[in-house]
Amino acid sequence: MKSISSFSAFTLLLALLPLVGGCGSSTAANKSGAPAAASSASGSKTPVTLLNVSYDPTRELYEEFNSDFAKHYQEETGTPVTIEQSHGGAGKQARAVIDGLKADVVTLAIAYDIDQIAELTGLFPKDWQKRLDNNSCPYTSTIVFLVRAGNPKQIKDWDDLVRDGVEVITPNPKTSGGARYNYLGAWGYALKKFGNDEQKARDFVKKLYEHVPVLGSGARDSTTTFVQREQGDVLITWENEALLALKELGAEKFEIVVPSVSILAEPPVTVVDKNAAAHGAQEVAEAYLKYLYSPAGQRLAAKHFYRPSLKEQADPEDLKRFAEIEMFNVDEVFGGWPEAQAKHFNDGGIFDVIQEEIASSK
Amino acid sequence: MDAPALPVTLESPESWQVAGPRLRTATEESTWVRWLLVGSTLLFLTLVLFVPLAAIFAEALRKGWEAYFASFDNANFWAAVRLTFLATGISVPANLIFGVAASWAIAKFDFRGKSLLITLIDLPFAVSPVVSGLIYVLLFGMTGWLGPWLATNDIQIIFAVPGIVLATIFVTFPFVARELIPLMQEQGSEEEQAAISLGANGWQTFFRVTLPNVKWALLYGVILSTARAMGEFGAVSVVSGHIRGKTNTLPLHIEVLYNEYNFVAAFAVASLLTLLALVTLVLKTTLEWRIQRDLEEASRSV
Repeated sequence: MKSISSFSAFTLLLALLPLVGGCGSSTAANKSGAPAAASSASGSKTPVTLLNVSYDPTRELYEEFNSDFAKHYQEETGTPVTIEQSHGGAGKQARAVIDGLKADVVTLAIAYDIDQIAELTGLFPKDWQKRLDNNSCPYTSTIVFLVRAGNPKQIKDWDDLVRDGVEVITPNPKTSGGARYNYLGAWGYALKKFGNDEQKARDFVKKLYEHVPVLGSGARDSTTTFVQREQGDVLITWENEALLALKELGAEKFEIVVPSVSILAEPPVTVVDKNAAAHGAQEVAEAYLKYLYSPAGQRLAAKHFYRPSLKEQADPEDLKRFAEIEMFNVDEVFGGWPEAQAKHFNDGGIFDVIQEEIASSK
Repeated sequence: MDAPALPVTLESPESWQVAGPRLRTATEESTWVRWLLVGSTLLFLTLVLFVPLAAIFAEALRKGWEAYFASFDNANFWAAVRLTFLATGISVPANLIFGVAASWAIAKFDFRGKSLLITLIDLPFAVSPVVSGLIYVLLFGMTGWLGPWLATNDIQIIFAVPGIVLATIFVTFPFVARELIPLMQEQGSEEEQAAISLGANGWQTFFRVTLPNVKWALLYGVILSTARAMGEFGAVSVVSGHIRGKTNTLPLHIEVLYNEYNFVAAFAVASLLTLLALVTLVLKTTLEWRIQRDLEEASRSV
């Protein structure tokens, strides 16, 4: 008896080891096989792979845009392009590029994160934002509120977020670009309301974060917290993210609330010159970003709920979905991103101090 | 007080036994206490284990089998499967060799720094997986210690397959060694000494005496580290870079699907990982029984 069962178990061991080892070797074979197959399909031109490192809510936009661009580029030049995507909170993504993620283009939520990459790595010039139209922002957005159907807590404006018993969902400004817009949106609103009184604006924002039960790492993380796990009464988020949630999860479950005033969100794009040049993708990378400004790119941006920078290119039906809203921008109210970042979001900045105060008062 | 209340008398054990049932023994609780304990345990298990487990399959099959299988018809999914198997296929054999060598040294020999080695082996258990990932970013990242040198030599470690393999090795590091050390220590080194005194060389002793003695524990450790390697999220997430179809493992692929409102596919892939875990569990239970027997044999022979 013993010899039979130990024999069977031992054959199991023997069967397991080659299986585990075999998987490795078959993948290796696949890898060496793949380029050969690809080059034979391409004919004369060598295929190019592009890595677009982007922020959280652009997943659906770039999925469609990438296949559209790949088709367009191959028709124009005969070069097949494969575009790889990586998504996450904008701060986290910028950090990854700084740490060595080989992005050919970055399409992030805020200029500051791209500034950081230029500053710390020198992979592209510091005046990158002048290289494309509209401050290198092919599309813009703003910050709105998403509430549950029927708006049970009667949320109409920023003021209502700090009422008793209202739970607010917003991501962490340390890792998410969208979250920084949410924060600055609230701050800008309070400045306007209290006649530019900085102290009152700070108190308002602190009160707002007292209503936040959990800080997600990125915009999408917070959206799933709100819509899927059904936590919180209101989600502060990108307009595009709110419209997408309505489309994906049912317009009957949620409502969008447009506040009296909000912040203009400008997500910029740029080529990471040295990474792209290192594998001969500079030309494709530039064409890729230019294509965002083309009629096709602008139409796709509007289709995926981003406000196109060239409105006349987009489908008027798509444009109807964007509410009229009074907007201020970061430059006007906060003196630009470097200043806003240093004052509010860097280590020891106002956001950190507020968080500490909230934690110690609990 | 009546002195002879206890019927225990030294001269007649029979009378003690007869009188026994009138006393409640310390280990016997009344029926309702027993039901309460069993019931609350079952309730707890149902809530934290069975319901979530069932929920995975319920969510995965919410739109029927067709939608379930459609979730696997996706290039990014298969890329994630390949990467997961690759990382597991490298990390498990690596830890197998290391684990056997380390536990052999620890159990059969005395040397300086032995307790330090044991502590180091346990380190991945103590460190948060996210920190394990960050260690590699600090080491191999562009702003890290070795980053600039790696870049000039065009070697990519983090945000590529090598980084994912390294992170997986790190988190599965203790499993094999931790299984082998107690068994080997229990077994002692008498059999090896006997083999050597009969003229066996080192390798012969190892392959004919040491290894057969621990084969079940070894297999157990291998299975545990395989399961962990396939399911690891935190450490791999930090070093992955999240490039679709390239550096996403199965757990990371699940996160991507979930975040794209693709709940059926997310739970379908999760159900695959769950099935793998259940298979692991069955293998593990079978092996536990065998190891127990080996241990008993070892202690009997001492």
